[in-house]
Amino acid sequence: MTPQDAAAAPEAPVAEDPIKAQNAQVLALLTRLFGEGTFTDVHEPYGLLTATTTRERIHDIIAGLQQDQELKFHFLTTMCGINYPENPGQELGMIYHLHSMTKNIRLRLKIFFPIADPVVPTLTDLYNTANWMEREAYDFFGIIFTGHPNLIRILNVEDMDYHPMRREYPVEDGTREDKTDLFFGR
Amino acid sequence: MAVNDALAGTHKIQEEAAAQRPGQLMPILNDFSQELTTLNLGPTHPATHGIFQNILQMDGERIVSGVPTIGYIHRAFEKLAERKPFYQITTLTDRMNYCSSPINNLGWHMTVEKLLGVTVPKRAQYIRVIMMELARIADHLICNSILGVDTGAFTGFLYVFQEREKIYEIYEEVCGARLTTNMGRVGGMERDLSPAALDKLRAWLKSFPAVMKEFENMFNRNRIFMDRVVNVGPISAEKALSYGFTGPNLRAAGVDYDVRAMNPYSSYEDFEFDIPVGTNGDTYDRFIVRNEEIWQSLRIINQALDKLPDGPYHADAPHYYLPTKPEVYKNMEALIYHFKIVMGEIDAPVGEVYHSVEGGNGELGFYLISDGGRTPYRLHFRRPCFIYYQAYPEMAVGTTLSDAIVILSSMNVIAGELDA
Repeated sequence: MTPQDAAAAPEAPVAEDPIKAQNAQVLALLTRLFGEGTFTDVHEPYGLLTATTTRERIHDIIAGLQQDQELKFHFLTTMCGINYPENPGQELGMIYHLHSMTKNIRLRLKIFFPIADPVVPTLTDLYNTANWMEREAYDFFGIIFTGHPNLIRILNVEDMDYHPMRREYPVEDGTREDKTDLFFGR
Repeated sequence: MAVNDALAGTHKIQEEAAAQRPGQLMPILNDFSQELTTLNLGPTHPATHGIFQNILQMDGERIVSGVPTIGYIHRAFEKLAERKPFYQITTLTDRMNYCSSPINNLGWHMTVEKLLGVTVPKRAQYIRVIMMELARIADHLICNSILGVDTGAFTGFLYVFQEREKIYEIYEEVCGARLTTNMGRVGGMERDLSPAALDKLRAWLKSFPAVMKEFENMFNRNRIFMDRVVNVGPISAEKALSYGFTGPNLRAAGVDYDVRAMNPYSSYEDFEFDIPVGTNGDTYDRFIVRNEEIWQSLRIINQALDKLPDGPYHADAPHYYLPTKPEVYKNMEALIYHFKIVMGEIDAPVGEVYHSVEGGNGELGFYLISDGGRTPYRLHFRRPCFIYYQAYPEMAVGTTLSDAIVILSSMNVIAGELDA
């Protein structure tokens, strides 16, 4: 570095984090495509752009992202259910991880809905891989995917009568006393 | 090859047979063609390499439809993980893809480190790379040599299993275990590479290429083997992406997606390696891609060993990294931290992390949501086999039973990971 460079360096703008810049670009494109107010609670934990939307819009949004020539979210990395019993009206949720391999952008979309009405549109018409992922979410959280060709349990036995990943079912039998620990609250 | 229309194919065979023998009636064949046989392939069939079932509808030798049933060894890892402190979850990850458990272990540690914001020193990262590439070699060796067994060639399997044994001996020096390794710790490695481990590793690096060369000589251009695998179970790149294929199976279809190159972790950006791709995604391509990846992994190990930096083998993160035993006995702070870590009394920050590593058979992802407690609020494993195994019926329909076995074998479906 020459002395001139050293002198100029402090005035030069601080190089922006490339991931942040990319996320900002993607977010701008998302709001342009799907309108203001579609996405709430936008943040980027550990560099992965995360947004919450509604179950009414989720199918259109993911279909739009898949077809968008600029972003090309051709790859559904994974999806999983989640249960927050303390959020009334939004107890259950689905979390989608999309990946654009051409641009190497990842995107996380979330939807939340009441546990009394756990109905979500299917993505099996967009991605073949959604089939088993949705069966898994149905199996463990009881989320119903409308339009799914074969929504039956996948990992648990068919005659199971509850959805075990919901928070109301503890891992251990609550009535057992031999495992109680005064200090560590087993 | 007409993959999809099995029935039409069978009728065509019959018509050809009838044309060859004019005047002869073939009532028996025609009767059978109307009737399908149900065949249970599995759950405990020696050729399925794990406990999963396929209910096949067969028209003679051809498969008309297949319905896979999975979940025979489902152990509720995601539910269990909600009750376990972070370091105890490592042992759950072992039992997913048990052919390459170090990748699962270290991938999990990296996820937690990302959540905690711990930076691992270079030496530990390089050791991790070496161990993960060894695991990849072991994984691919099993898959490819078993594919040989399924086509009737036992020799290759027995031959490379010796090499896998040597890899397991290196694991033993690094972590004390062989199959379910529980390797490394959050914040680095559990111990440094010992002189014995380095010796074993160097000796193996010298002896293995010759064996691998011979294995390739036995299979790659073998007429009998090629007749069994070329154009068997092909899948197009579009279909493979839609089905969520990753790893060697996707690369065999011609997509050069590799997590190590696209989103480098653990200093993979420091090494030079090629990503082999196939052209038509058939069983032969999958086999060849895996073989080539073994050579690339060897390249990475050699580079990592040459450039292995000096320095600590774990991060200076006393809140998360277990102190050494002599220190626990002598030092009050070390004793406190030891106690707190073992009892799971260290809270993690609130946040959510998705971290993925290139596993033996694809992108192995960990999606961790922490609400600030001692355990994850939710942990979801993106298990590559669970996701791509659903393409199996489509790939098997229209083929014969013996081809279906070969396709299954070349997809590298590991039951532990399938069912988690």
